[in-house]
Amino acid sequence: MLADVPMVFILVGITAYTVLSGADFGAGLWTLAPGGGQAGAAATRDHTRHAIGPVWEANHVWLIFVLTVAWTCYPVAFGSIVSTLGIPLLIVAIGIILRGTAYALRSQFSRDEERGVRLVEYLFALSSVLTPFALATVIGAIATGRVPVGNARGDPITSWLNPVSVLAGVLAVAFSGYLAAVYLAADARRLAERALVHDFRLRALASGVVAGALALAGLLVIRVSAVSLWHGLTSGLGLALVIVSALAGVVTMVLVWFERFGPARASAALAVAAVIAGWAAAQEPQLLPGLTVTAAAAGRSTLIATIVGVAAGAVVLVPSLAVLYSLVLRGRLDTAVGGVGEAAEAAAAAAAAAGEMRPRAAGRRSPRVPLAAAFAVATLVAGTGLLVFADPAWAHGLGAVALIACAVTVFALASGPAGELPGTGHRPANRAAGRICAARRW
Amino acid sequence: MVLSLAGAAGAVTAAPVDQRYLFEARQMQALSLAVHIPLVCFGIAFPALVLFAEWRYLRTGDALYRTLARRWSKIMLALFAVGVVTGTILSFELGLLWPVWIQDFGNVFGLGFTLEGFSFFVEAIFIGIYVYGWDRLKPRLHFASGLPIALAGITGSMFVIAVNAWMNHPTGFRLSGGRAVDAHPWSALFANPFFWSEYVHMYFAGYIVCGFLMAGVYAWAILRGRRGRYERTALGISLSAAAVAAPLQVVVGDWAARDVAQAQPVKLAAMEGLATTTRGAAEHLLGWYNGHAVVYGIEIPRLLALLAFHNPNATVKGLNIVPLADQPPVNVVRFAFQAMVGIGTLLALLGLVYLYLRLRHRRLPTARWFCWAVVLAGPLSVVALISGWITTEVGRQPWIVYEVMRVDEAVTGAHFIPFGYGALWVVYIGLAGAMVWLLRRFSRVPLEGDDAG
Repeated sequence: MLADVPMVFILVGITAYTVLSGADFGAGLWTLAPGGGQAGAAATRDHTRHAIGPVWEANHVWLIFVLTVAWTCYPVAFGSIVSTLGIPLLIVAIGIILRGTAYALRSQFSRDEERGVRLVEYLFALSSVLTPFALATVIGAIATGRVPVGNARGDPITSWLNPVSVLAGVLAVAFSGYLAAVYLAADARRLAERALVHDFRLRALASGVVAGALALAGLLVIRVSAVSLWHGLTSGLGLALVIVSALAGVVTMVLVWFERFGPARASAALAVAAVIAGWAAAQEPQLLPGLTVTAAAAGRSTLIATIVGVAAGAVVLVPSLAVLYSLVLRGRLDTAVGGVGEAAEAAAAAAAAAGEMRPRAAGRRSPRVPLAAAFAVATLVAGTGLLVFADPAWAHGLGAVALIACAVTVFALASGPAGELPGTGHRPANRAAGRICAARRW
Repeated sequence: MVLSLAGAAGAVTAAPVDQRYLFEARQMQALSLAVHIPLVCFGIAFPALVLFAEWRYLRTGDALYRTLARRWSKIMLALFAVGVVTGTILSFELGLLWPVWIQDFGNVFGLGFTLEGFSFFVEAIFIGIYVYGWDRLKPRLHFASGLPIALAGITGSMFVIAVNAWMNHPTGFRLSGGRAVDAHPWSALFANPFFWSEYVHMYFAGYIVCGFLMAGVYAWAILRGRRGRYERTALGISLSAAAVAAPLQVVVGDWAARDVAQAQPVKLAAMEGLATTTRGAAEHLLGWYNGHAVVYGIEIPRLLALLAFHNPNATVKGLNIVPLADQPPVNVVRFAFQAMVGIGTLLALLGLVYLYLRLRHRRLPTARWFCWAVVLAGPLSVVALISGWITTEVGRQPWIVYEVMRVDEAVTGAHFIPFGYGALWVVYIGLAGAMVWLLRRFSRVPLEGDDAG
């Protein structure tokens, strides 16, 4: 029982990664085909880019979470999987680098620099196809029992290039595009961009049909080439979850048709979650051929430590994620449309003028300076003494704390208002005046 | 059933794997670490500096600080994005290259990475809110949204270094058939006496590298004639951080070295090129270790014994306490160590000069020689950082888990390694080019245009 808990974490992580990061990958996919709609190609690209801006890093971390829980709690299985499936995982890694780089670069281009934008966007789109494809082939390899226990014991090629894996890969790419289209339609609705709503609704419907067809084809392939997985998916809990997934898929299509994008997000996510849970149910209790989840699990104290760690982490994580997504969904982090920056700046200046944030005189020696200097010297002497001449661990800890206190104090003295250059004065609202003043001084 | 499977897994571990690509696997890991570690410094120190600038804005209402914090936050986001992907590569590689290590010891150290994952989460969530929320959140709320980034930067590096410290000083488990059993991850990671000195050492290094690299950019601007209030304020903040950390790092480094002397005598012997156990051992500067002794070096009698054990007559263990096969490549470790100490000393001196001028004469030094020194200090601090990690990582060889598991026992048997190594070089070169282009381009954005974007 205890051995299964981290597996639940892993499945939740995979689901979250698929639902959240999958949509980010899908957004990259749509930048490949931005034209053909009512909105212009440039507007479509901008929309996809802005939609994933504040969230993609957080979404990406789910993958790290899955990896770390897997190697802590099921080390033997993890070692076997990564050594046999090294090639697709390497492709995933490279895809992730390309995507992060392309995203960081893209935000620096302005719209009129066609060539650079094109290059970066192709890179971004390429990585958005490559990464989900390769990741899904890994899942396909595990699901069809092609990863034997041991260091690189499986076939390095056919383990992941086989009908089920390839189909899983293609399905993952199609599904990413579908999720992204649903989310992007919802975002466009929030921004009241009617042309974009129209386009992404059509894209969602089209890609939904493709994804559904691929899913059905996938079942046929599984029936022919992975008999035990087929049995798992067509009986008991596995079958129930497959049905839930299919229903949720159909409901999503209906919701998208009637432009109910908010609920459509939820039901699309449910469809993904049900597929992943169905896969787990179909394979249970086997993790790898001849290795059950219970047998693969690490020792009791490791499992408990991980569960405690994850629970403690969740206490921090859940509210943080709630804050992020509620800000995003309420449009609080939407990219400022021209002028908001200046408006805020002006408001700040006005507030400062009104005395709300009164500028304080700089260049005047605060009476606290000698005190701070004395503190810095005292902590320096104490810290050095404790670290260099004392032996017990607690003394070293105390010494390190003293040194950090010393560092903070000296930093405050060196960079704080007392260190402000006298004569350059304090003219917050008038940078030009500051410049003139500086020119005179230097 | 369970027992037989565990036995089978144990047998798999013991079975010899193809180690043809051990060299490439090592190089691949080293390359990825060398790319990621400087970015970690920015994760540790940059959020604090950005928040400091914003705090000054809130305190004084001076819009210059807001502009500064805002521009820095964009660079912080770009560097974070690159750190996310290079960090992901590392987490892949730990499994891809060293599956047996994870298989046999993941139950002990894995928790560190799980916790690091949460830090990473918090960092990623709030960096999005912070950078995209400049115009949308109230000033104080916006400042508050940056605090978790700074906190998570500290805890994230802490958890990863806890794992490294465990590899250097493994505790908290029992060995059975080559695998860890009875693992106690909490105490193994955090009650490890080796951990704290290593962590504090890296924490100060973060401020030194981040501070000097940033200061180098503004010192360069000043050399090029851009001496505005913006440049001087930015230089003041970043250089103050580095200048404070660099001299204190000497004390922290001494602490770390004594921990090494105690827990890893062979590593210390390699760092110093000490062939045989010696009473009142001498310190050698520069020179070459020829397999028996350091030749052509400057010898300072009894200094090593004094530094390592605070006693000029102490006995320092030499490389001869273990067979040759268990000794690390001495010259690599020794040169890396000397490079770190040498550069660290120069940086500490530069820091003291700056602090003296700043605090005593109450001015920001902008003389040409000083600006040039600061420009050089940035790249040099990265060299010192990497040298430090080479010292600790290569100095641990041939062990992946010190005196428990050898690196060649941990390596993957997969055959794609040379291909992966080549591909990674290409990708990293592209990444480096992209970063340089990005930062150069960013520095050209005019100050006035920035607030709107």
